[in-house]
Amino acid sequence: MTAAERASPSKGRGGAFAAILSFATLLLIGILAFSIRLFSVIKYESVIHEFDPYFNYRVTQYLSKAGIYEFWNWFDDRTWYPLGRVIGGTVYPGLTLTAGTMWWVANALNIPLSVETVCVFTAPVFSAFAAWSTYALTKEVKGVGAGLTAAALIAMVPSYISRSVAGSYDNEGVAIFALVFTFYLYLKTLNTGSLFYATLNALAYFYMVCSWGGYTFIINLIPMHVLLCIVTGRYSSRLYIAYVPLVILGTLLAALVPVVGFNAVMTSEHFASFLVFVIIQVVALVHYIKRILTQKAFRVAVAFVLTVGTVSALTLIGVLIALVATSPTKGWSGRSLSLLDPTYASKYIPIIASVSEHQPPTWPSYFMDINILAFLVPAGIIACFLPLSDSSTFVVLYLVTAVYFSGVMVRLMLVLAPAACIMSGIALSEAFGTLTHSIKYQLDLPDPPAPPAVTVDQAASSTPQVSSVTAAADSTKEKSTSEKAKETLRERPVKRNRKKEREIIEKSVEKKAQKKKPPQVLPLEASAVGIVLLLLLGSFYVIHCVWAAAEAYSAPSIVLTSHTADGLHVFDDFREAYAWLSHNTDENDKVASWWDYGYQTTAMANRTVIVDNNTWNNTHIATVGMAMSSPERQAWEIYQSLDVKYVFVIFGGLVGYPSDDINKFLWMVRIGGGVFPHIKEPDYLRDGQYRIDGQATPTMLNSLMYKLSYYRFAEATMDGKGYDRVRRTEIGKKFFKLTHFEEVFTTHHWMVRIYKLKPPKNRLRGKNKRKTKPVSKKSRPTPPTKTSGRRN
Amino acid sequence: MASSARVRALLWVAVMLPVLCAAFSEEKPTDQRVLVLLDDLALKSSHSIFFKSLTSRGYELDFKLADDSKLALQRYGEYLYDALILFAPSVEGQLGGNLDVAAILDFVDSGHDLILAADAHTSDVIRDIATECGVDFDEDTEAVVVDHINFAVQSESDHSLIVGDKLIDADVILGKDGIKGPVLFRGIAHSVNAASDLVVTVLSASPSAFSATPNAVMTAPPALTGTSISLVSVVQARNNARILISGSLDLFSDKFFKSPVQKFGSSSKSASGNEQLALELSKWTFHERGHLKAVNVHHQKVGEKDEPAMYRITDQLEYSVEIHEWTGKEWRPYQADDVQVQFYMMSPYVLKTMDHNGKGLYHTSFQVPDVYGVFQFKVEYKKLGYTSLTLSKQIPVRPFRHNEYERFIKAAYPYYGGAFSMMTGFFVFGIVFLYHK
Repeated sequence: MTAAERASPSKGRGGAFAAILSFATLLLIGILAFSIRLFSVIKYESVIHEFDPYFNYRVTQYLSKAGIYEFWNWFDDRTWYPLGRVIGGTVYPGLTLTAGTMWWVANALNIPLSVETVCVFTAPVFSAFAAWSTYALTKEVKGVGAGLTAAALIAMVPSYISRSVAGSYDNEGVAIFALVFTFYLYLKTLNTGSLFYATLNALAYFYMVCSWGGYTFIINLIPMHVLLCIVTGRYSSRLYIAYVPLVILGTLLAALVPVVGFNAVMTSEHFASFLVFVIIQVVALVHYIKRILTQKAFRVAVAFVLTVGTVSALTLIGVLIALVATSPTKGWSGRSLSLLDPTYASKYIPIIASVSEHQPPTWPSYFMDINILAFLVPAGIIACFLPLSDSSTFVVLYLVTAVYFSGVMVRLMLVLAPAACIMSGIALSEAFGTLTHSIKYQLDLPDPPAPPAVTVDQAASSTPQVSSVTAAADSTKEKSTSEKAKETLRERPVKRNRKKEREIIEKSVEKKAQKKKPPQVLPLEASAVGIVLLLLLGSFYVIHCVWAAAEAYSAPSIVLTSHTADGLHVFDDFREAYAWLSHNTDENDKVASWWDYGYQTTAMANRTVIVDNNTWNNTHIATVGMAMSSPERQAWEIYQSLDVKYVFVIFGGLVGYPSDDINKFLWMVRIGGGVFPHIKEPDYLRDGQYRIDGQATPTMLNSLMYKLSYYRFAEATMDGKGYDRVRRTEIGKKFFKLTHFEEVFTTHHWMVRIYKLKPPKNRLRGKNKRKTKPVSKKSRPTPPTKTSGRRN
Repeated sequence: MASSARVRALLWVAVMLPVLCAAFSEEKPTDQRVLVLLDDLALKSSHSIFFKSLTSRGYELDFKLADDSKLALQRYGEYLYDALILFAPSVEGQLGGNLDVAAILDFVDSGHDLILAADAHTSDVIRDIATECGVDFDEDTEAVVVDHINFAVQSESDHSLIVGDKLIDADVILGKDGIKGPVLFRGIAHSVNAASDLVVTVLSASPSAFSATPNAVMTAPPALTGTSISLVSVVQARNNARILISGSLDLFSDKFFKSPVQKFGSSSKSASGNEQLALELSKWTFHERGHLKAVNVHHQKVGEKDEPAMYRITDQLEYSVEIHEWTGKEWRPYQADDVQVQFYMMSPYVLKTMDHNGKGLYHTSFQVPDVYGVFQFKVEYKKLGYTSLTLSKQIPVRPFRHNEYERFIKAAYPYYGGAFSMMTGFFVFGIVFLYHK
């Protein structure tokens, strides 16, 4: 209270101006966050990017056409043929509903936006929201200055940009906002103890559950923090209010999302929250009993409860373990297990390991994705310990777990980014604060040494100050104003005292030093140099971020470009192939490809696919993997049994496009072999390597993937040698013919090659050898011979 | 609206026109125009009974020499004939005109029929055509079928005129009455591709037969012996084109048609069954028999009229199809008790034999399995001698909608009670706690 009062005059004076300034800054940050993500639209065009966004786009289209109930009950018979997929029950609907609502609102206001436009710009819009909620979160921890800095940092952090450029219409685009916002509301509740915010928090959690499977991060991190608070003796009724409604309401709400359903109470990912829920009840009960009992009676009660409690807890745990142990994966899903044991996926589940974003990141990717934040984070952690509060322990915990998870899966770098921004925001703001105050102190040297003391205190007390203000504001609305106020007052000194105690324990030495003399005052020159250096650092960050946004992360990957001496080359082969499929094949034809291209095929070519990027059925994917790694005839039979009419492969050998199907072939072999043991990886390996040159194994050279990729390749290259520009070698088998497949289309740069399955033979030949010479095939309707890949 | 309807009607006509035109021949599967290729025009008179019976059945026969330089099966991409009789075993090298092995095979692959007969001097062209159809003539070009037990008593001494009576038991191929007499055969042996289910031996040799050069010293055991020798075979390609391959051209000759047969070891003479066999086989080959069509495939929910676009799991549905058989003049209802329908998704989930009403309407009803996915109604009817019927119709099966589940489950009533009592209790507790001190 004292701190708050002391701080208020200064706040009152500059309050209005500061509020306007911070509001304007936030607005600009929002615009920055939005506009830095538009490079992809400016440099390329307003298209949906990559793979998953195409699925989300297709779902959104359906939602906007058919309405929410149809969407909820949508059984899609055009994917996963012949199994089909219940889209409504297997998709996180948050993103789709968000964009659908935005589209609907815009149209209701007579703004004629297309669904595609809304989808393209959803992620940039939500990155602005994410920046603002980061501001709010950091403000809860360390005040406005840190909040603004953190917001500015997250507005342009490359890691987040990579997932939220215009056109990258994926769950993460809205989920990061939901994640940060949920954390903000948790801290807000923790600081205020308001049930209102607790309810909002549960709703925000619900939105997060709707949006992304990463919600399990929230439901594990918050219990961890609660447990930490309890263990370190920071239990309070605010903690109880922040946590208990979240678990109950949040779990109930989460169970409403079809894709989560009973998982919200059945899987191990959620057990931690329930365990902590029980613990916090016990702790609350103990606190209550402690208050009403005498010390002696309490001690007796504790002894009694401990014995009974231990026994019952042990039995309970035993039952739980037994229950969980009956399931083969011990109740954990594959992705979660690979989080806990980074080597799990590569050992057991090739389908998870095959996704590049599920691989552990390399060191450079940290510098690429969070840049200078990697250096600022430790400083931020130190700042969080000065002084330690409930909210600052939370952000530290968030950071530590996020660092671990990002080290396991490169995709989760995205979760680290907000934590790193918050930490760096705190660090930068503290540093700037200290430096500017030093300068101010040096310039105003004649003045009494009060300001620094104030600032230190102010920083320390900003949290309670806010909370008391809001608490007061709330209490005016309540009936029992005075009682509420008393309650807050009662709590406040307790907290203050405890904090003081801790500070004394933790850094009593420093404290003493601080009290004696205004500390942290640096020489004027050093402060000035420090500020300049910090600004320099910041500008490096800005330059890096803009470069990353413009160059590294804005490519839609559906259209590729390359700069050569002749100028810009555009590779638009994917859309060329999908357009061919949609114009030249029957509507009900089934198209097979490796699963990466499933979403795009359904969305762009509108053809039924066998497998797609939603990897829910391993066997079905393995069947396609087996077909691709089998010899032509077996492959033809497999595809025939799946009613496939067309097969296409992605081939980069002509233009040097590295992520083609030959490079993904090892995963087809592994996934196929995982289910069908007659596919053996060593058959494809020579000296432990996948090779397609003269050293390649016969199995490799006879596999369908090799044949479909290199069919007519040697003939088409200038020298007839068949030099593969990706593998940088001459191919092993040239000039071969296909017996069960016929080439129907090859795109301009040969990146997509579409083949049609030949129908079963009309007649079956006898065994005698042919004696007459196979005469000229003039009269025979031969498959059209193509002199070039282009056939429009 | 009216104009759009008219446009739609026009469009319909435009789209359906080719289908309608094609439906003409579809409606009358029997062949009309037949090209007969001969080595020698003398065959026309020596085989006149066979040809006359064809003409009398309404076929337009066009006799040409096999090496006629103006031979053409098609003009401007349209086939000029519906069927081909290749009675030119010894044509050497190339056939006349632009006819070659590939052209004849293309003719077959586009759904036309072929009768091919060989004799002791069969050229490589004919052998190749036969091989491509799944029938391998003995590679020894000198060899003929010799049987020292089942031969016809004639003046010749080499026992190459044999008597065959091991006929396939299939009414649809050989006619209801069966072949009355033994069949005279003089020609070469062939074997059929055992792996092929398209080719069927109609007349096979007796166990004592073998394929060798007559009146020559045998240096090696014969390649083909006993019942593995096929004398006459028929092939039905996947597109239902029918091919008749006979190792003997004489089998179709007037001489064999009319000559009485005296089998070695029996004293009685009987009339030969050649004429009957040749005519019945030509009827089958030219689709006068055993040609099925399926129309009016229909499925609906029990109690409804219209075909749904999608079923729900556990729906009751009805499936019906009409199957007719061509008799050479008209379509008759096909009657069989072994037509089955599958409800198929990678494997048949339901397999039911359909009942029929005697008028060609086959129907059944069953429950959709409790599995969702893209199913197919499949009728795959493949019966010896009949054209194969393959119908498949894709139909998705969806799971329950969110509001199609039971709203209240009896077993859950304690839980409902628990929830409501909890709510009431909390409400009462709240009032007591707040206002009662």
